[in-house]
Amino acid sequence: MSDWRPTASFDALGRRAALLMAVRQFFAQRGVMEVETPLLASAPVTDPHIEAIAARHPADNDTWLYLQTSPEFAMKRLVAAGSGPIYQICKAFRRGERGRRHNPEFTMLEWYRPDQSFDGLIDDVCAIVQLAAGADLAVIRRSYRDLFVEELELDPFAASLSELRNCAQHHLELSFDSEDRDTWLQLLMSAVVEPSLPADQITVVEDFPASQAALARVEDDASGHAVAKRFEVYYRGMELANGYDELRDAGELVRRIRADHSQRQQAGLSMPPIDRALLQAMQAGLPACVGVAMGFDRLAMLHCDATTIDEVIAFPLERV
Amino acid sequence: MANYSTNEFRSGLKVMLDGEPCSILDNEFVKPGKGQAFNRVKLRNLNTGRVWERTFKSGESLEGADVIDQDMEYLYNDGEFYHFMDPTTFDQVQADLKAVGDAASWLKEQDVCSVTLYNGAPISVTPPNFVELEIVETDPGLKGDTAQGGTKPAHLSTGAVVKVPLFISQGEVIRVDTRTGEYVSRVKS
Repeated sequence: MSDWRPTASFDALGRRAALLMAVRQFFAQRGVMEVETPLLASAPVTDPHIEAIAARHPADNDTWLYLQTSPEFAMKRLVAAGSGPIYQICKAFRRGERGRRHNPEFTMLEWYRPDQSFDGLIDDVCAIVQLAAGADLAVIRRSYRDLFVEELELDPFAASLSELRNCAQHHLELSFDSEDRDTWLQLLMSAVVEPSLPADQITVVEDFPASQAALARVEDDASGHAVAKRFEVYYRGMELANGYDELRDAGELVRRIRADHSQRQQAGLSMPPIDRALLQAMQAGLPACVGVAMGFDRLAMLHCDATTIDEVIAFPLERV
Repeated sequence: MANYSTNEFRSGLKVMLDGEPCSILDNEFVKPGKGQAFNRVKLRNLNTGRVWERTFKSGESLEGADVIDQDMEYLYNDGEFYHFMDPTTFDQVQADLKAVGDAASWLKEQDVCSVTLYNGAPISVTPPNFVELEIVETDPGLKGDTAQGGTKPAHLSTGAVVKVPLFISQGEVIRVDTRTGEYVSRVKS
């Protein structure tokens, strides 16, 4: 056994280092400031599908802190306090996420720009994907709805629960059932729609169902459906980025946290505390801004032409 | 039997699915950045050999299957059943042709095979990676012809047919890789 050795080659680690440098240069050229926020947080995200890893408070044995699942909350506090455009490259942690493209400890590239439009943000994300891929790639923008209609002949906003279930059962052998629309939508998206996206160009998927808004603003689209001003970016079958036109309404945030909590309660999950500092910051006033999170390890996979995350990180979970 | 959750699924783990013992071949964790995580799992049904693909919600679990792989010595074939013996306890089991499958063409008495037992009964047999078998019939050998690289079919004592180099003759013992069914070398007696 040679378990003390890294899983990534030094050639890959060298390419990863070069990509880090190129990304920092990209932001320096655009006047975006690099920041660092704490990895330990008093409250994790409330998202029902993300579990934080808890750690004991260094000064108080009875209090738990959480390894951040993304730097989102702390960075928004900086933006609300008037930082201007900022980016961060940092570690984020998520319980149980291990696979070919997942490690529970991973590197996130996240940025917020109060000085930019939604379209400008998409352009920047695509520029970074091209930087990582080392190629000039075509970009296509598609709405979530159009992709479902085209690939599955199913309108994700209008379809009934049983239509969604039948469609999923038609495409996949399943071991479970669900009464939750989003579970079916997410399954169809990740198991059927995503693999059908063209591998040789960047696909930007926009206008997600409002139920999957996370912290993005929701507005009505031309056909009157409430859609989240949120986008995801895919290339070579990999999800690389999640971007938002950021929600700024503290009251709406509280409503979404409550909805998360009731979903967590039903699923028998832990009930994490709520980040008061974030709510206060949003109440004080988050400027209109766009923000995005990109999985840096996946960008490194593109840069190294790797098929597993283990090829671009020195020590994955099993070797820490 | 213990229960195994999707994050414990590893290739080789034996679990029960739809009442059938299965061996996990592949477990792919799929998670959208925002949303439910799933595991797309490939399993081999150990009774039928068929491969199943099944999608689980992450965190679901399956019961472990009472399946063990046991090294056993091949004894004899009584015309219907193949008999194997545990060389330490002398316990014996009989396997039908369905369980023995392709292994039948490599079974030589006293060779040690891996027998997969489900609830104590054999459901599959894996022969040793390499077996040494006698050639019972092949075209006459060509002396000195070692470099040309041609091959000819040779019938082995177990009934298997493998391609051998032209210089090999009837009555010789050869080493065969059972995973590929290919000739490896001549065995000097």
